[in-house]
Amino acid sequence: MTTSFVKIKNAAKSFGNLQVLKDINLTVDRGQIVAIIGPSGSGKSTLLRAINELDPLTSGEVWLEGVQINRHLPPRQYEAHVNQVRQDIGMVFQHFNLFPHLTVRGNITLAPRMLKGLTEAQANALVEEQLTKVGLLEKIDEYPSRLSGGQKQRVAIARALAMKPKVMLFDEATSALDPELVEEVNMVMKQLADEHMTMIIVTHEMDFAASVCDRVLFMDQGVVVEEGPPSVIFQNPVEERTRNFLRKHLARNGG
Amino acid sequence: MDTELILRVYPFFLQAAVVTIQLSILTTILGLTCGALGAAARMSRSWVLRAIGATYVSIFRGTPALIQLFILYFGGPQIGIQLDAFEAGVIGLGVNIGAYMAETMRGAIESVDKGQREAARTMGLSRAQAMRKVILPQAMRLMIRPLGVNINALIKGTALVAAISVVELTYTAQRYIGSTYKPFEMFLLSGALYMIIIYVVGIGIAWLDRKARIT
Repeated sequence: MTTSFVKIKNAAKSFGNLQVLKDINLTVDRGQIVAIIGPSGSGKSTLLRAINELDPLTSGEVWLEGVQINRHLPPRQYEAHVNQVRQDIGMVFQHFNLFPHLTVRGNITLAPRMLKGLTEAQANALVEEQLTKVGLLEKIDEYPSRLSGGQKQRVAIARALAMKPKVMLFDEATSALDPELVEEVNMVMKQLADEHMTMIIVTHEMDFAASVCDRVLFMDQGVVVEEGPPSVIFQNPVEERTRNFLRKHLARNGG
Repeated sequence: MDTELILRVYPFFLQAAVVTIQLSILTTILGLTCGALGAAARMSRSWVLRAIGATYVSIFRGTPALIQLFILYFGGPQIGIQLDAFEAGVIGLGVNIGAYMAETMRGAIESVDKGQREAARTMGLSRAQAMRKVILPQAMRLMIRPLGVNINALIKGTALVAAISVVELTYTAQRYIGSTYKPFEMFLLSGALYMIIIYVVGIGIAWLDRKARIT
């Protein structure tokens, strides 16, 4: 049985005269993993950031498990509503965005302690659980500046998971990493996939998308050009634009 | 140079230096308070507060501090504000330096990477929570040195209150020149004392900055 879990309806967004998203529809079922690929400037990050209202849509709807995220409400109520729904949406950024003034423990416990009122003991148990999951328990009391890029991103994932989100958004999570550090982050994401975490992944890593994702969306110039299972998108794309993009991408990255 | 004269009058200059230090401390406290309020107003979501903040900053940075002091001290009684010279000095200089400090604080807060705010907000923290727990702790560290520059300017700026006859270092030098006709010695002595104060404060600021450095 599948239920549509994340639903984006007729999403459109403009920055001034520039239309970056044009009538996009997307549904993601519980436990599904969807990759969004496309050239830079295609709107894929904007779409991802619209899901948790970081870049609100100009028009259209975003739903998570029967709750509309981008409801039109008076400012005060809107704030409260958004702060509430964001707790269910984990996000991982290209540049990690760990808090440099807090230790790994502080980074991970900040939001759960403030928003869920965990006791110190509960928070400590939570950190240990999440850090074990990403294999970094020994770094619990380090500051982010002492971690490698790959370790930082794994901590950032642990930090997002600590809120027990219903869906995880990855915005080019490995793009800023040295090539030899990409794999350790991919491993953590694969592990999440095995645990049936619902994930939406904006990525340039076609191999990773092909091996992990249930569905791939190819976006260009603010529209979804083509979507389907990775076997179709990567082996037999129907659209000319998709073929062009993949060909260029392969040429640049040597397969 | 008349060293004998210097040795004779320097205890009075030390007393005056104490007044300069008191002025500096009180002005710093008032300045930081006005600065924090001004910065908060300038970054508020309410356009009324933003306009008030911007007006405050542009008035006090856009006119000479001496004119501000004169308006407060000499003009104040006309509109029912009676202050003694020391009070007028502290309030005038504090509100003035607060306008500069507001910009310093705003600059530090805005220079915290915007990814920090985004990370905090995406986890569900409110604007205020993100500011308190994520942005401000980082901004505080960034603002120590530039606030140190403001404080340095403020200490030297206390010389202005000599013009409304607060008996601090500059006024004291002028008074002794009146009786000794030795401006070189008298200004040199007060200048040296300013320098010592500023040197010590500078060490304190550098120490704070080192201590607050993110590990």
